[in-house]
Amino acid sequence: MAGKTLYDKLFEAHLVRQNDDGSSLIYIDRQVLHEVTSPQAFEGLRLAGRQPWRIDANIATPDHNVPTTERSGGVDEIVDPVSKIQVKTLDANCDEFGILEFKMNDQRQGIVHVMAPEQGAILPGVTAVCGDSHTATLGALGALAHGVGTSEVEHVLATQCLITKKMKNMLVRVDGELGAGVTPKDVVLHVIGVIGTAGGTGYAIEFGGDVFRNMSMEGRMTVCNMAIEAGARVGLVSVDQITLDYVNGRTYAPKGEQWDQAVAAWKGLVSDDDAEFDEVVVINGADIAPQVTWGTSPEMVVSVNDTVPNPANESDQVKIDGINRALEYMGLQADQNITDIKLDRVFIGSCTNSRIEDLRSAAEVVKGRKVADNIIQALVVPGSGLVKEQAEAEGLDKIFTEAGLEWREPGCSMCLAMNPDKLGAGEHCASTSNRNFEGRQGFGGRTHLVSPAMAAAAAIAGHFVDVRDFVKQ
Amino acid sequence: MKKFTTMTGIAAPLDRANVDTDMIIPKQFLKSIKRSGFGPNLFDELRYLDEGQPDQDCSGRPLNEEFVLNKPRYKGTSVLLARENFGCGSSREHAPWALEDFGIRVVIAPSFAEIFFNNCFKNGLLPIVLSEAQVDQLFKEVEANEGYELTVDLENQKVVTPSGDELAFEVDDFRKHCLLNGLDDIGLTLQYADDIKAYEAKARQQSPWLFDAIK
Ligand code: SF4
Repeated sequence: MAGKTLYDKLFEAHLVRQNDDGSSLIYIDRQVLHEVTSPQAFEGLRLAGRQPWRIDANIATPDHNVPTTERSGGVDEIVDPVSKIQVKTLDANCDEFGILEFKMNDQRQGIVHVMAPEQGAILPGVTAVCGDSHTATLGALGALAHGVGTSEVEHVLATQCLITKKMKNMLVRVDGELGAGVTPKDVVLHVIGVIGTAGGTGYAIEFGGDVFRNMSMEGRMTVCNMAIEAGARVGLVSVDQITLDYVNGRTYAPKGEQWDQAVAAWKGLVSDDDAEFDEVVVINGADIAPQVTWGTSPEMVVSVNDTVPNPANESDQVKIDGINRALEYMGLQADQNITDIKLDRVFIGSCTNSRIEDLRSAAEVVKGRKVADNIIQALVVPGSGLVKEQAEAEGLDKIFTEAGLEWREPGCSMCLAMNPDKLGAGEHCASTSNRNFEGRQGFGGRTHLVSPAMAAAAAIAGHFVDVRDFVKQ
Repeated sequence: MKKFTTMTGIAAPLDRANVDTDMIIPKQFLKSIKRSGFGPNLFDELRYLDEGQPDQDCSGRPLNEEFVLNKPRYKGTSVLLARENFGCGSSREHAPWALEDFGIRVVIAPSFAEIFFNNCFKNGLLPIVLSEAQVDQLFKEVEANEGYELTVDLENQKVVTPSGDELAFEVDDFRKHCLLNGLDDIGLTLQYADDIKAYEAKARQQSPWLFDAIK
């Protein structure tokens, strides 16, 4: 019999019951809550007179709506009334039910997918959900994690279970080594370019091969974060020493004897050598260059030294129409050099790239330089209060502000523009976030997804540049 | 979800076809973070003479005295009589939320829009399809008799009029089961509470570090 994939193991280990209609009831070890998708779920509980099944399985923080400018005035001073109500509602719900929440000005507050692993709330081998599609991030720890809708948030609160169907298995193997200046973000953008935004639909993607084995936990989180942009709700990396070292010592991680017991259990959280995947994609790490998206879908991505695609080179009418529509929205010309795209704003942040390593890599590029005159605004938004604190301890905030970038409070910020950080219509933004959809960062805004180092270099140059040449200058 | 077994209540005739979900609950009320509290804004544009705003206290607003639910004789309505294609348009679940919050448990019509029909069952509301002739007859009777009440017996699938006429209706077995027992998805899963607890007991032994850690 063939071996098992990590996904198979995680799924089977959490199976509570197989229903007659082919669906499965799986147990959820952890739920992460934020202010946007939880209010109706709590309200549903109250209306039905239900209590959460298990308080200690939940952890919450507001992130989407919080202002990232000076906010010591607290929740009451949030200007947008809808945002204020949502944040206050989360606070009230967590207080009422006794759920641990890091409130807006708590040092531990942050973007859900940054905060949860940072606290050790997500551990190898757990199942985790959150009312947010980028929950896939947490798969980097060898956890089965994915986004759910509001009615499922309520379902998990009430039953600690999820009704689900088993996914298929895909292995994305990136062999060899990455070139200097090529980062996890470039790897995942390249992967999405290869398999397409729907390529992973119905699959749990495991990222394997030497490139991921040698990648830091934070890098693995960046990669798993964007599995959803390839259509897969789940991204995974098998557990190894790097995983264990990351988890060890975190607040909610096991300690002492329990730690040893946990480590023994976690060692098996790998895909067996003879596991069979339904689909295998193999990529050579050395082939990956820094990536830039030019269009309005994450799969519309090319290397920084390439040109914007020309629809004349395509034969498929659907593709041609898609390219034309994207070119028009983005205000770009076919065959234009990517390095000629002028930028108006730069955003370094989001659950994809707002961890300390991301900030270090951006700071390294801007150190001693100045943001170009044509850049209206360059934001650096740390993923959590603790990331912010660490960055300040290392003096990164000074490096950014001296170069002319703004140093902000933690939150989702311009990733989706639910708070006041937004693009203006027609503005081009080099963004380290994960979605370049029309209007995502503000009505009419034009998003180009890149790594933190590439965004930093673009901020200095005022247009895209190959960060590998740039740092040599 | 509330159980639905048998109920008797005042019926009110809403005499118009193609009542859409926008009419049931206008868009400005969807910004709410709640699933309850939509009752005061049910049929907002028909019910009030001014334009409703979210979070507004509706008690002082000018009422449209002509609107059926505003007439004193229909106070406390729990059965709504309606015409064909009730609940068409947007899929907003706020529509059944608003009806339920207002106190309506049953809507009787010759036909319903599908999404609305489905959404009703998820929210403890029973939509009943009767023939056009039967619905017509009910409209006549309710208008002729003040204090007209209908009894709806889900178990036996019949609507009983004050004069003792029994009108049989169809309902899907599974949905009937869920309504009778007050089961929504969550309710259904909670039927397996013992399985969940058994799983949990085992997990607590195997992975004690996953319990009582976050607080
Ligand atoms: S940073 Fe962006 S993608 Fe991530 S959770 Fe926030 S809004 Fe969603």
